[in-house]
Amino acid sequence: MKKDKVIKNKSDKIREVTVALTGLNAIDSPGPGVAVIRCLKEMPDFRFRIIGLSYEALEPGIYMNDIVDKTYQIPYPSAGTESLFNRIKYINEKENLGLIIPNFDAELYNFIKLVPKFEALGIKTFFPAMEQFEKRDKINLFDFCKKNGFLCPRDKTIVKIDELKIPAGKFGFPLVIKGKYYEAAVAHSFDAAQKAFLKISSKWGLPIIVQEFIKGTEINLAAIGDGNGNTIGAVPVRKLYITDKGKSWAGITLEDKSLIELAEKFIAVTKWRGGFELEIMRTPEGKPYIMEINPRFPAWIYLSSAAGQNHPAALVRMAFGEKVKPYKNYRVGKIFIRYSWDLVTDVEKFQKISAFGEI
Amino acid sequence: MKLKSNIATSETGFIFNPSTGDSFSANAVGMEIISLLKKNKPLNEIKKHILDKYNVDEAVFEKDYDDYIAQLQFYNLIDTM
Amino acid sequence: MDKLRYERPSIKQMNAGLMNQYGLKTEYAPVLDIDGVPVKKIISEYGSPVFVISERQLRRNYQNAVRAFKTRYPKVQFAWSYKTNYLDSVCRVFHQEGSWAEVVSRFEYQKALRNGVPGKKIVFNGPDKREEDIITAIKNDSLLHIDHFDELYLTLELAEKLNKKPRVAIRVNMDTGIYPMWDRFGFNYENGQAWNAINKIMASGKLEFTGLHTHIGTFMLVTSAYAAAASKLCDLAYNFRIKFNKNIEYIDIGGGFPSTNTLKGSYLQGVDTVPSIDEFAEAITNTIVNYGFKPEDLPTLILETGRALVDDAAFLLGTVLATKRLSDGRRATIMDFGVNLLFTSYWYDHEISPAQEFTQNSEDMVVYGPLCMNIDVVRENINLPLLQKGDNVVVHKVGAYNMTQWQQFITMRPKVILIDMQRNVHIIRETETLDYITELEKVPQHLTETNL
Repeated sequence: MKKDKVIKNKSDKIREVTVALTGLNAIDSPGPGVAVIRCLKEMPDFRFRIIGLSYEALEPGIYMNDIVDKTYQIPYPSAGTESLFNRIKYINEKENLGLIIPNFDAELYNFIKLVPKFEALGIKTFFPAMEQFEKRDKINLFDFCKKNGFLCPRDKTIVKIDELKIPAGKFGFPLVIKGKYYEAAVAHSFDAAQKAFLKISSKWGLPIIVQEFIKGTEINLAAIGDGNGNTIGAVPVRKLYITDKGKSWAGITLEDKSLIELAEKFIAVTKWRGGFELEIMRTPEGKPYIMEINPRFPAWIYLSSAAGQNHPAALVRMAFGEKVKPYKNYRVGKIFIRYSWDLVTDVEKFQKISAFGEI
Repeated sequence: MKLKSNIATSETGFIFNPSTGDSFSANAVGMEIISLLKKNKPLNEIKKHILDKYNVDEAVFEKDYDDYIAQLQFYNLIDTM
Repeated sequence: MDKLRYERPSIKQMNAGLMNQYGLKTEYAPVLDIDGVPVKKIISEYGSPVFVISERQLRRNYQNAVRAFKTRYPKVQFAWSYKTNYLDSVCRVFHQEGSWAEVVSRFEYQKALRNGVPGKKIVFNGPDKREEDIITAIKNDSLLHIDHFDELYLTLELAEKLNKKPRVAIRVNMDTGIYPMWDRFGFNYENGQAWNAINKIMASGKLEFTGLHTHIGTFMLVTSAYAAAASKLCDLAYNFRIKFNKNIEYIDIGGGFPSTNTLKGSYLQGVDTVPSIDEFAEAITNTIVNYGFKPEDLPTLILETGRALVDDAAFLLGTVLATKRLSDGRRATIMDFGVNLLFTSYWYDHEISPAQEFTQNSEDMVVYGPLCMNIDVVRENINLPLLQKGDNVVVHKVGAYNMTQWQQFITMRPKVILIDMQRNVHIIRETETLDYITELEKVPQHLTETNL
């Protein structure tokens, strides 16, 4: 396997860094935290103290003592930036954090807002700015794609059930009916579309986003940008099998220049800073439609490292101001297969993290 | 009023019910009452102990105590007579 | 021996899926004083519940808003939105700062006059202007913002009768990309109604057409909608200039800027997501400045900002009446204030802070008001310390719409006090009394005796 050469050849010095990260929920619908830690552990010139940041007491990473040194509970995103900052400040006083890597979409808004305050504490971060973050939001995605020449399913935001006629006439069936925040349904008829409209709008309110249905192969792409428009790495993966929750069960690295170029173009246009995942639907004609842009590493990011591109490692180096040479290659035909492993622990640990918020 | 015999308590304020697998945490006064219940102390003794130790009116404590016992019952920590 | 401080016994299940206690920590932090005046002292002197308004914060908000606009645009005028909070003292603070008045009824109009606002500095909005109101406004040379054609024709008629040329603007509604679209007020832009109204006004020769007004919505969270609105008003102003060879004197962009309260059902905190006044100012002034007017032709920009100027300057102090346990095991706390005083608890998850020190122990609870009505819920779910009967709390950001939409329902409304710049406390509205409430009632002769 090709290892990162950037620092290794320069010096043998081992650097010690305390890094805090979220996404320890390595469950059936996993967060990427544990995979990111695995990637970091493969950096030969760094020694990490890993601080887990958890939202819930049963996130498996909390109990993985071989890879997580200590875990602190942090407030849910809905509690706001003030409580998050107070908590991080407290953790920093105990742990002297060098770097924070957030791994959830929903928390990133607050972390972006706090960047100047983290900097004042000497904590590095490496993720997109608010402008880039909002551009890729579900509501703005189509405009963004249209403006920059990316393919993306057409959509129409509607507030009245009668308005369903407009996208139905324009896009044809099936249609994807999406809530403002969450939930989506595929409707194959006008009747089904109306039902979905009522169901989703009663739960999540208005407006409703009606999207064109794109048929094809699901491809995911993990990539990382340096914030100046340069691509540091990009690895496309085809999902081999998908769970009933729509998550990858297994995936394989692909060789496809057009997909890499797509990632490069995206990074060049947005000057994306940090890791992200492009969810792509490739039509039978070979056209790649951008379905979603996740502003974080995918849960399968360890595959990128195993295939020769350690994106989290590149992120750490860039966060500390090092110039990183872009990865040009990766191994094609590497497969990840997700498996479950029952970790056994005692009730005392659960009680401790629940009651004291740290363990 | 009897605490279930197999309820495990720890110094740090944790309560564990082995027959349901539920864990609980209690505040200082709550923990104290549980440990007295565990020793099978009757209500008047528990009351006296708390009134002697804490700055609280009898009427207030009685109301809080009843509410607390109802909570313990709700959580299945007490044998119903 | 000194006895230990008591806290009622409490037990909590450690639930994997529930919100961890670090989620709401800021709400534990006690708020012991407001502008340096202790909460306990206020309650002991003025009773509970009691509304407290910080004059310092009112002025600070106003000055900040003026700065945001004036540093970006040459001609700016604020008009205080009376319906947001029309307590005389609040209005007068804004008038002292230089704000005109924006009113939507005869009652508000009269209040503005009594507060010393000259007629020509009153903006008269809304769909409800009666004949006598329009006559008064015309005589006082106020700015009449016409809402519909019926009002337009009535105004034409009255102008002729009074032999005066009233200063009028039209209210324009439009699609700014937001939902719901407030098309019930004013003349529509897209279907040509607004342009039609302008032409009618100009053709009559009886009215002096001075401005364009819009008010696109309330608690607006996107600045782009204001840019869209400003752009459409500029279109009208520009076409007006071409056709009639005259300049529009002002563009009134209305109100609708949000406060930092958290709307019910929103995932993130209002404090983190609400755009600042500067961001709104940037969107609006950029649009007008870059539209292409000659510098000397730029219209004055009028703003009717209400909520964003007053919400966080007021607090509601209250007291726990009782705590109880609901059938499903949840804790319920009954406060001495409810939806009768805190109308906005229908819209917001109001932040509530304890007004005394507590331990770190906390519990989830429902906060009810004192009314014997099922609807009286202040917070459906909040995590607070172990409150006891008699404990005090502070509700934050209650300055907008509560002191105007509050209800005299079941109980009477409490005092409102103002803490001035020197931290002196003034009662600006007294507690209501039985006599005050029944003053207007009349009992027919046959009902005078009840003989029970």
